[in-house]
Amino acid sequence: MSEATPLGSGKSKRINDVEIDYMELDKIIEEDFGNDKENLIMIIQAIQRRYNYLPKSALAYLATSIGVPLSQIYGVATFYSSFSLEPRGRNIVSICLGTACHVRGGERVKERIVETLNIGDGQTTEDMRFTFETVRCIGCCSLGPVIKINEDTHGNISSDQVVNILETYE
Amino acid sequence: MKIASIKDLESISNEYSKKLYYPETIKVNIGMASCGIAAGARAALEKAVQEYPGDNGIHIGQTGCIGFCQEEPLVEILGAGKPRVMYKKITEDKILDILGDYTEGHFNKKLILGQMRDPRSLLEDDIQNPVADVTPLEGIPFLEDIPFYHNQVKVALRNCGYIDPDSIEEYIARDGYFAFISALNNMEPKEIIRTIKDSGLRGRGGGGFPAGVKWETCAKHEGNRYIICNADEGDPGAYMDRSILEGDPHSVLEGMLIAALAIGSGEGFIYARNEYPLAVKRLITAIKAAEKFGLLGDNIAGSDFSFHVKISTGAGAFICGESTALMASLEGNVGRPRAKYVHTVEKGFRQQPSNLNNVETYANVPVIIYKGAQNYAKLGTERSKGTKVFSLVGKIKNTGLVEVPMGISLRNIVFDIGGGIPKKKKFKAVQTGGPSGGCIPEQFLDLGVDFDELTKVGSMMGSGGMIVMDQDTCMVDLARYFVDFLNEESCGQCNPCREGVKRMLEILTDICAGEGKDGDIELLEEIGSMTQKFSLCGLGTSSPNPVLTTILYFRDEYESHIKHKKCPAGVCKNLFYYEIDTEACTGCMLCAKKCPEQIITGEKKKPHTLDQDKCIKCGICYEACKFDAVCIK
Repeated sequence: MSEATPLGSGKSKRINDVEIDYMELDKIIEEDFGNDKENLIMIIQAIQRRYNYLPKSALAYLATSIGVPLSQIYGVATFYSSFSLEPRGRNIVSICLGTACHVRGGERVKERIVETLNIGDGQTTEDMRFTFETVRCIGCCSLGPVIKINEDTHGNISSDQVVNILETYE
Repeated sequence: MKIASIKDLESISNEYSKKLYYPETIKVNIGMASCGIAAGARAALEKAVQEYPGDNGIHIGQTGCIGFCQEEPLVEILGAGKPRVMYKKITEDKILDILGDYTEGHFNKKLILGQMRDPRSLLEDDIQNPVADVTPLEGIPFLEDIPFYHNQVKVALRNCGYIDPDSIEEYIARDGYFAFISALNNMEPKEIIRTIKDSGLRGRGGGGFPAGVKWETCAKHEGNRYIICNADEGDPGAYMDRSILEGDPHSVLEGMLIAALAIGSGEGFIYARNEYPLAVKRLITAIKAAEKFGLLGDNIAGSDFSFHVKISTGAGAFICGESTALMASLEGNVGRPRAKYVHTVEKGFRQQPSNLNNVETYANVPVIIYKGAQNYAKLGTERSKGTKVFSLVGKIKNTGLVEVPMGISLRNIVFDIGGGIPKKKKFKAVQTGGPSGGCIPEQFLDLGVDFDELTKVGSMMGSGGMIVMDQDTCMVDLARYFVDFLNEESCGQCNPCREGVKRMLEILTDICAGEGKDGDIELLEEIGSMTQKFSLCGLGTSSPNPVLTTILYFRDEYESHIKHKKCPAGVCKNLFYYEIDTEACTGCMLCAKKCPEQIITGEKKKPHTLDQDKCIKCGICYEACKFDAVCIK
């Protein structure tokens, strides 16, 4: 249970880029993905796995390494919804708004989360405790409405359970 | 070992059949697909392994999706001379009990879903027998006699829930790779294509294009041909492809191998959805195993045929399920579709001839080759052959993955297999085809479900999501929901889709907020028909379907929102209020306790009242009341 920190403490501020280990980054681009433009999406995924988001300086380095303009990399990074250009919180709260969850009241659960955390879709709390996202169907339709926090799936959620569940994640 | 012939497969099959069907120890198969894990299967498995870690007469194993999601976690137990029993809702607190009971020969009926027939019956039409040498349990139904399973015919899902998806040997023991090796040894590419054409197999990804025709056209074009598997299952409410990949990845690899043989390709790609990490993990295991067995790689089974498969994951874009967008994404670009004056079978991935089929389509292929086109074509309707897997979800008693022959009626699926609507509510509609599909009302419940019939009523097969809705679903809100989805997912390059979808969303949002105007319905119809006619790709042309079908069949709900400012289903917050029916209220205090705003007041055993002015319409009281005393006005 959390002690002092309230759950909803506002929107995220932009923080400076993390420090990039360029040798390591080079290894990802060169060794794992053969410096190949065709692997661009998978390289960006690897960078996000490493830093939890996409630091601008890492993308700029990637652009020069594989010879793709930064603008094009930015295009790819913003086109696909799983990429984030901003640092994300320690806990990723995803609410499923697939059709089954929607008709079973997922929207109400979403409202409750937004109210509790005081952040919108895709945003992170100031204390970096939570990032909130909506996803479309994680395929657990029998358990709808479903929220996923990190790797844990919570099924058959009603809006009055939201606060209690969130409180268990530090 | 490397597989060189049918004989090699047979020897593996013989060895592992025993383990699969007649284990000497007690064997526990825990359903470990994503949905089972979400329901608690992993904790149950860990508990069981902890208790029975080594080889002490009980073997704990995993299997894929058993289909009946409502009853997850599902656990099957079998043992020498004992019946095969499927247990339901086995969470970690129950797993040791059922294991103990089973070994001692007790069977707790409350925890049993049913007993199983010999699972080989799914492969051979005529075996419908109990497991040999085992006396069936009395008073416990066979799985196939339970309404949920009764009308199902498993072809694409033939191995899901029966084998360990990480074991290539178990797949081989279920006749796996026999079709491929015999095609490799005995069939000309043209013969394979002819067989697929004769079987009448149509693409299971949505469009329903005849697979054999696609293969034939692709094979005609010269170049470095590619075999691509579309595993970017994006329709919300559809998860059959995920279940096949998680439960039986080799069936997809074998389907791709046969396609590669027929078309003449040396390289294949599987484009998997980002949200499916477990499916990707099992695919990687499967590819490695197939390589080890010499079923993938260079000079397969000593022939001059070579085939390599790579996995590529998407990054979260619905549009990448569209063929040209998928190929753009595979090349590392933004996933925008292009006009198909030149089809992808001629110039697709890397500008080369590319054959794209979806997961379920490939999973059907080995069965067609192994058992013949005629055998497959026996199932289904005249123009839609075989079976289709549907994910039956929403307001339905038996949520689950069901595979039925084409042509079965919607009523049969919803009310017999699905068990109807929970909480005695009234059926309203069933939505098929995902965001590109439409809503089918009660009057069409007797419709035989196949590609053409669904199109006739304004919907489509899509990838097979089937979302059941009851009286509490607002059709205007549902249309808004889908258009909102499409608005987010539209790639934005063509005008009709980018603008049309956005405008439709604005109008629908207004209607749901109580700001609908006269003429809105007509305007929606007009924009819808324009978007349908002039958009570039399938996402755009089908985007108005949810709007147009709900207007067609539920115009009165739209009118009620616009003219009377009422949402009859009680979903659109500005257009209804809750009231407590003083006659039905028993004064149980449950709603008052649960109300987050604490605005429900009243004494015990006396009717409560609800303060309309302060109500935030969160619906908690409505969901909580057991006496239907909270009413929508």
